[in-house]
Formats: sequence, structure tokens, C-alpha cells
Amino acid sequence: MADKKIRVLVAKPGLDGHDRGAKVIARALRDSGMEVIYTGLRQTPEMIAEAALQEDVDAVGLSILSGAHLTLVPRITQLIQANGQDNVRIFVGGIIPDEDVPKLKEMGVDGVYGPGSPTHAIIDDIRKLVNKDA
Amino acid sequence: MSLQDSVLQGDRLAVSRLLTQVENDTPAGHAALNQLFVHTGKAHLIGITGAPGTGKSSLVNQIALHYRQAPQPLKVAIVAVDPSSPFTGGAVLGDRVRMRELSGDSGVFIRSMATRGSLGGLAQATAGMSQVLDAAGFDVILIETVGAGQSEVEIAKLAHTVLVVDVPGLGDDVQAIKAGILEIADILVLNKADRPGVEAAERALLGMLKLGHPTKHLVQHHGRLEEVLAPADDAPVDDWLIPIRRTVATEGAGLPELLEVLAAHKAHLQNTGDWQRRERARLHTQLQDLLQQSLMASWRNTVTDAQYTDALDQLVARKLSPRQALQALLP
Repeated sequence: MADKKIRVLVAKPGLDGHDRGAKVIARALRDSGMEVIYTGLRQTPEMIAEAALQEDVDAVGLSILSGAHLTLVPRITQLIQANGQDNVRIFVGGIIPDEDVPKLKEMGVDGVYGPGSPTHAIIDDIRKLVNKDA
Repeated sequence: MSLQDSVLQGDRLAVSRLLTQVENDTPAGHAALNQLFVHTGKAHLIGITGAPGTGKSSLVNQIALHYRQAPQPLKVAIVAVDPSSPFTGGAVLGDRVRMRELSGDSGVFIRSMATRGSLGGLAQATAGMSQVLDAAGFDVILIETVGAGQSEVEIAKLAHTVLVVDVPGLGDDVQAIKAGILEIADILVLNKADRPGVEAAERALLGMLKLGHPTKHLVQHHGRLEEVLAPADDAPVDDWLIPIRRTVATEGAGLPELLEVLAAHKAHLQNTGDWQRRERARLHTQLQDLLQQSLMASWRNTVTDAQYTDALDQLVARKLSPRQALQALLP
């Protein structure tokens, strides 16, 4: 029997062109034994939701440095919900002002990680939340 | 509605969830595949293989785009395989990066998968997953293997048509790769054909091909020049002469011509009965794989861990040979 692997979509919505953070996370998740689907730069919310659907992921990690998180994130969570994937966990990383964190959580985001977040904390959170679903 | 009924109706979430069940080898996945199997066997399975960095993903993207833009668009599913880490079991599946133009098209379904320990360029579940997509009504299933070296030739047992992708300028180092993987090609694609060295690369491929299959020779016969197929004493002559097509996948150049030979190969398989032969070979392989797994699993139940360790210890101590240890462990 093959093991159940945690599958995570790592995506960069919006127009900022810096994907180092996303790649660091992708690599860290890989090294923790997860399967990471990496989509590359400049994804629209529609592209991200479609990829999450086709890949049947357990979690979606969004890297946003542009400040557009309050516009992009709700659109993405709505589309993922509309696709019937209400069990998908959403994580956001990047430059997120502290006062926006509660707003994002209200929008259905499970975790927000700024610069300097230890990758093992992110990995632990994903494991905890995804296993709770199972 | 059951998962398999939703899949037959083309429900994308159901397809996606069943793919996960099949990939994870669950009882639910087995049950659904049992029901769906009768609906499979319609899709054209096209394998795309070649060394890492030859542009397989970009080529898959363009092939899918051209099938979608054809006068009668075909529904296209893509299964893209990338390697799992041998150390952690994790993977980064990055083939979608090259396929963004396919986004938003409901006639396309892209699924990435990790090899999860398989070595032949595919994962164990790739065959089952392509059956799900076949049953879901996709006309063409493009299967992209991991970046292949010499022995990643499993795709030849799964696909109806195998594209082997090569690029100019890899130089002599690539000869070894060609020797391993050329044999499984139905169509050779010379991608990145806008790069220098494309003529030499094509000559090298042509030269390799001419050694392999009968070519027309001109011979003197009663004072006239006649064309004959050589070697004449070969077993049934497979008249599919492997074509070479140049492409520039990032721009879509050469793609209409590539689609033409894909259609020609499908027609060839159907006209010669090779379609059925490959179908049979594929199912034979799948059956054998399942037999191996299942016999292994049921044998494992007949031996205790202590017995196994004992045999291994005696083997290490050179008290038993490997075959004697085998005898000790078999019922």
C-alpha cells in the first residue's frame, strides 16, 4: 500500500516577481516528505483554484509580497470553496502587516507567516491541520 | 451518486479525488477502478520522454494547445511525473509551470504525480490514473515521464505512441542516452530546433535510425536500378519508419507537423492491429505487476519476522547461499 502523502500547492498570486520565498518553502516542504506542486509566478486566483482542484491538494500556500493580499486571498478562498474543496487548508506567507492577520484569518486562512518564520513551524502547522481533517 | 458515476459524467472534483484514491492505492480506489474499467480503452495514450531539460513540459503544453485549437477540439488530460526524493519521499512537482496557457480550459485536466519510489520513469499508479482519465472521457492522455536516462523505458509499455524528445548541442555525451531510449521511440522530436547544431543532431538521429530499421536500398538488377527493402530476411517488416520532427516548443513552431505524425501513428496502429497488440501488452504488464505485489504480500503473511531474520542471519554468516535461504523461506 502506498502511503498517503500530504500534497501542497505553492503558488504566487498577483504581479510581484519575487519567488525566492515560495521556493524556500517548496524546498522545505519537500524535505519534510510532502509533495509540493509548484505553479510559478503571476498566477490569477482562477489559475490557483483550478490547480488546487486538479491536483486534489490538502493545502494551498500563497506567497504575496505586493500588498494585494486583502484582494487576492478572499477571491482564492471563495473559488476553492465554490469548487467544493472545503477541506483545503490555506496558508499565506510574505509581507503581511500585523493588523491584516486577523482579517485574513476571518477569510478562512489557517496560518500567516512573515519574514523569518522558521520553516519547521510551518511544516508542523500543515501536518497538524491536514491530519485533523483526515 | 457514487464517485465512479460522477467520474463518468466528467465531474472534475470527482476525477481529481478518484485520482488521489488510485494514487494512494486505497480499497475505494480499487473498487471504483473495477467499475470504471469497462469504460476505458478509448483514449489515445501518448508518452513524452527524454532527458531532463529537453523541453518535455513545454512540448506537452503545446501539443495540448494544438489539440484544443483543432477544428474538432479533443479533450486532453495530462499526467506529469516528477521524481520523489529517495531520502524523504517528498517531491517538488513543477511541470505545471510550463503549462499555464492551458489554464481556464475545461477541456484540459492536468495532474502532477511523484514517482514514489518507482524507477522506470513513471509511478506505480500512472497506469491506473490514466484509466481514470480515459473513463472520464478524455480523448488524448499525454503522459510526461521524469527526465529520463537510459533505462526509464516503462512508458513504452503504457503508451500507444511514444515521443522521445532530444535537443541539439547535448553532444557526444548523449549518445548513450540515445542508445537506451531511442528504441522505444515511435516519433523523435528534435526540440529547441532554433539552436545551433540542429543539423548535426538530426544527422546523428537519422544515422542511428538507419541502423535499426529497414531502409530502401538501390540495387542493380538485370541492368536496372531497383529499390528493395533491406534486410530482406527480417521478420515481418514493421513499415512504421520513425519520423523526426523539429520543434521549438516555446513558440509552437513545428507543432502542426508533429500533430500530423501523431495522427498518422494512431492510424498506423489501428490499421496494422498494433493498437490491440499494444493494448494487450500493456494489460499484460499491469497484470504481472499486480501479481507480483499481491503474491509478495500473501507470501509475507506466511513467514514470521523471526524466520526471515534468521534466514538473513544465516545468509550473512555464509551458512546458507542466497538460493538456500530462499528455499528456507518458501512454503
